[in-house]
Amino acid sequence: MEQKTGKLYMINGPVVKADNTSSFMMHEVVRVGKIGLIGEIISLEDDRATIQIYEETTGLKIGEPVRSSGKLLSVMLGPGMIGNVYDGIQRPLEVLRNRSGDFLKRGVEVLPIDFKHEWDTEILIKDGDTVKPGQIIATVDETSSFTHRIMIPPGVSGTVNNVRTSGRYTVDTVIAEIDDGGDKYNLTMFQNWPVRTPRPYKKRLAVDEPLITGQRVIDTFFPLNKGGAACIPGGFGTGKTILQHQFAKWSDADVIVYIGCGERGNEMTEVLEEFPELKDPRNGKPLMERTILIANTSNMPVSAREASIYTGVTIAEYFRDMGYHVAVMADSTSRWAEALREISGRLEEMPAEEGFPPYLSSRLADFYERAGKVSALGNESLGSVSIIGAVSPPGGDFSEPVTTHTKRFTRCFWALDKSLANARHYPAINWLTSYSENIGDVKEWYSKTVSRDFFKLRNEALALLNEDDRLQQIIKLVGEDVLPDDQKLTVRAASLIKIGFLQQNSYSKVDCFASLNKQYKMLKIMLVFYEKARELISLGVAISEILKGSILNTLMRMKEEVSNDNVEKITAIGKELESFCMALKKKYSGKPDNM
Amino acid sequence: MPVKEYIGLSKIDGPLIFIKKVKNISYNEVVEITYKGSSRFGQVVMLSNDTAVIQVFQGTEGLSIDKTSIRFLGRPLEIKLSEDILGRTFNGIGMPIDEGSRIIRGEYRDINGEPINPASRMYPRNYIETGVSAIDLLMTVVRGQKLPIFSGNGLPHNRLAVQITRQARIKGEERGRFAIVFAAMGIKHDSARYILSSFEESGALKNVVTFLNLADDPTIERIATPRVALTAAEYLAFEKGMHVLVIMTDMTNYCEALRELSTARGEVPSRKGYPGYLYSDLASMYERAGMIKGKKGSITQLPILSMPNDDITHPIPDLTGYITEGQIVLDRDLYRKGVYPPINILLSLSRLMKDSIGEGYTRLDHPHVYSQLFAAYSRVHEVRALASIIGEEELIDLDKMYMKFGKAFEEEFITQGEDENRAMEETLDIAWKVLGYLPKEELTRISRDEIERFYNKRED
Repeated sequence: MEQKTGKLYMINGPVVKADNTSSFMMHEVVRVGKIGLIGEIISLEDDRATIQIYEETTGLKIGEPVRSSGKLLSVMLGPGMIGNVYDGIQRPLEVLRNRSGDFLKRGVEVLPIDFKHEWDTEILIKDGDTVKPGQIIATVDETSSFTHRIMIPPGVSGTVNNVRTSGRYTVDTVIAEIDDGGDKYNLTMFQNWPVRTPRPYKKRLAVDEPLITGQRVIDTFFPLNKGGAACIPGGFGTGKTILQHQFAKWSDADVIVYIGCGERGNEMTEVLEEFPELKDPRNGKPLMERTILIANTSNMPVSAREASIYTGVTIAEYFRDMGYHVAVMADSTSRWAEALREISGRLEEMPAEEGFPPYLSSRLADFYERAGKVSALGNESLGSVSIIGAVSPPGGDFSEPVTTHTKRFTRCFWALDKSLANARHYPAINWLTSYSENIGDVKEWYSKTVSRDFFKLRNEALALLNEDDRLQQIIKLVGEDVLPDDQKLTVRAASLIKIGFLQQNSYSKVDCFASLNKQYKMLKIMLVFYEKARELISLGVAISEILKGSILNTLMRMKEEVSNDNVEKITAIGKELESFCMALKKKYSGKPDNM
Repeated sequence: MPVKEYIGLSKIDGPLIFIKKVKNISYNEVVEITYKGSSRFGQVVMLSNDTAVIQVFQGTEGLSIDKTSIRFLGRPLEIKLSEDILGRTFNGIGMPIDEGSRIIRGEYRDINGEPINPASRMYPRNYIETGVSAIDLLMTVVRGQKLPIFSGNGLPHNRLAVQITRQARIKGEERGRFAIVFAAMGIKHDSARYILSSFEESGALKNVVTFLNLADDPTIERIATPRVALTAAEYLAFEKGMHVLVIMTDMTNYCEALRELSTARGEVPSRKGYPGYLYSDLASMYERAGMIKGKKGSITQLPILSMPNDDITHPIPDLTGYITEGQIVLDRDLYRKGVYPPINILLSLSRLMKDSIGEGYTRLDHPHVYSQLFAAYSRVHEVRALASIIGEEELIDLDKMYMKFGKAFEEEFITQGEDENRAMEETLDIAWKVLGYLPKEELTRISRDEIERFYNKRED
């Protein structure tokens, strides 16, 4: 192919312009300048192109060449991605490090997946078979806990010939030839896909199953569905990143794609050092064996930050198409929106709210709509992509554009609260302003899997917390002392739920993950306590008598003292509670009659 | 490469000059601008066809359109580095301004540096004992961390920064290869003198590299100052294996210079007129803190910024807080009460401390005591709000205990002398003493064993 070359005529930070580019494609990848910086075409007019560059542009000169690649900005998909750390445009950072040292150099081109590694491949097709897009034709055990299913790329079908037998192959080995009556297609184990185009599927399905995260406030109060999207807004220091790490560690997804978009380098390092050590609670394998990291830290070029969330979600869709449940954590989408704004500003576009471009909301919608549960193309297996997007609103103000628009396209809203965080109540999810629109969809699943009264308990607890909020207003004005005993009890029971249930210590070995069963039993016994205590108070028992016993303290410490595999202990605590109440009842009910 | 020289400009606009009909100029290149025998420096910030836009570090005052000559130096802004920079003082763009000679030996480094590959970073785990109780227990500083001090005009941020610098030490390690890089941006002469003289008193001056851009120095030069300083720090840390503490003050002045420049360039402003890329720009400096696998040195940053109007939601502290690993917030009310250091505990935070405290690092009860103090002190604030309405006498007994605890916490725990250097054990013991005002049952965040071991009820 003849290589097309344009010429630079303007340079302004990460945005450059070139002319002589009439044959270039929109969103095509180009190499800019003698040094070969990687860029993408973002607008075309006559024979002039505007290009955003994914690397520092220092040293570029007017008149330097811009070379076409003939490809859209794409990711390479195939075995060898799991456990990798990529930058925003899918360059593996370990390989870059071996190539150019501890600091990122410019103009380096590396392959996203290792072409040298030979994979143990089991081929599932034979000569003469007809294949269609999405069909699984081979499997590779990529890690000890993850099987990579090789699929026919979308848009390819026909009869296969020269199929290889099962054996050890590199990803670029031609394992079969596909004849669609005209052209021949050489089938390898990898495929490319443009990041800005959602991968096709057969049908979108209803989302009716929760993504279990092991975080009580999420699973019990505001569940997210497999295939759903959630928004976590929170000012700095409210614990967005820690919460995202918790999801990455404990969610019951098959594959985790963690996108660190414009965030701190040390936090990515923490994930890198910690994940290989942690065990997946479901199978005991290292968590890294199901995780892909995309790290475009805040000091890395801003355009690659813009690309990183597309790179991440495209990788997620690829695994979805194999029939896996994938969870994507994007931390933080505000940085992505700011990258949009920065580039838009350099293009001298007319700004909308707060300098963000007018297309911010449609870009957000496009991104969050890539979440979903689908029946996959060609193989009809069920797969899902769930997206959890952190938002960093300036000044913690939720009325800013990124938060408000994200809210429109996500059905779970987990609002992080500064005052909770200041009191070190973590996760600092505000139970009054957060919501999940998924409750109706997952009700059935919960009553089948956990217990019939699960949502009844949840609603009771929420009502209690709401009532407590009303009482707190009064307490702020006149103090707790003037409340009647039954209201005092409400305040104490709400505080039990807040401290003993909603607060969860992500650094504690026992408390970091709570099984659904433990969550259910904990909540149940707390509400039983509330009910029994109310009954006692109506009998005239003083609240101080109830608070004096050690039972309240035991309930508070349940989260730490009862492990997931020893939930039966809660039954014993229930007995203790029972006898405590009985004793009080006896003591009091005896009195009036005798006097 | 031949140096290109042109005479005559096409336009002068604020800190920017425009020059036409130039060829073969590269983006971010440094230029030397000469007019009537005196010279100043600038940098190419935009190229379009044959026009170059140049920002002039020392300002454009006194330049003329026809007689100004421009030499393009064919390289980005660089600083010459060797170990000889220790103990020296430079201006905001890295030229010596003390009596010493020029740096003769050495290598040139681009002041913009390169981003550290996240895969090469090492997670910081060595805590630094500062001898300041509030910091050591509640927002432990870790080597390789970036922890800014959010302050306001008239608050003692400089005194605190000096105290930290003087007392900082790593347990069980010789002081050894330790250096301070001090970058001043637009601060007053007396503040700079106070900081430098206290370095001198502590005998550390020979290990200090100073970059001074004072209040009356050119504004645009400030844009280069932190970058020059961090380039020097990177050299000392990752080439020479030193542990470098970088103090940058005042970041607010830096951001204002950036806003001035951005406005002059006619860019679309975002919040409060600051450019939309303020986050990326700040990140490109703050993220230069850290440690690298296989290298001995480290860069710890202690930037100081004054919050305009004490407003923590102002874009500068806000964006800084999103990038740095926590913050130390100073509080005017506490300062008025006579508390030094006036650290607002509830707003302050260290994100990296969790892996550097507790058993094997500090003491096993540290994480729980930390959590308990925050919870209890936050309760104190609620109780105080209530007491101001109904009067302290009307409070229930438990709330009265919290009032007592709050007072002791501020007066015995947070308050300490400027020369008082408390060891970690001592700090933890004071914390337990203060917690003694609360009944045992209230300490829900501390394990039963630890209460057994350390708790003593206080009756006074």
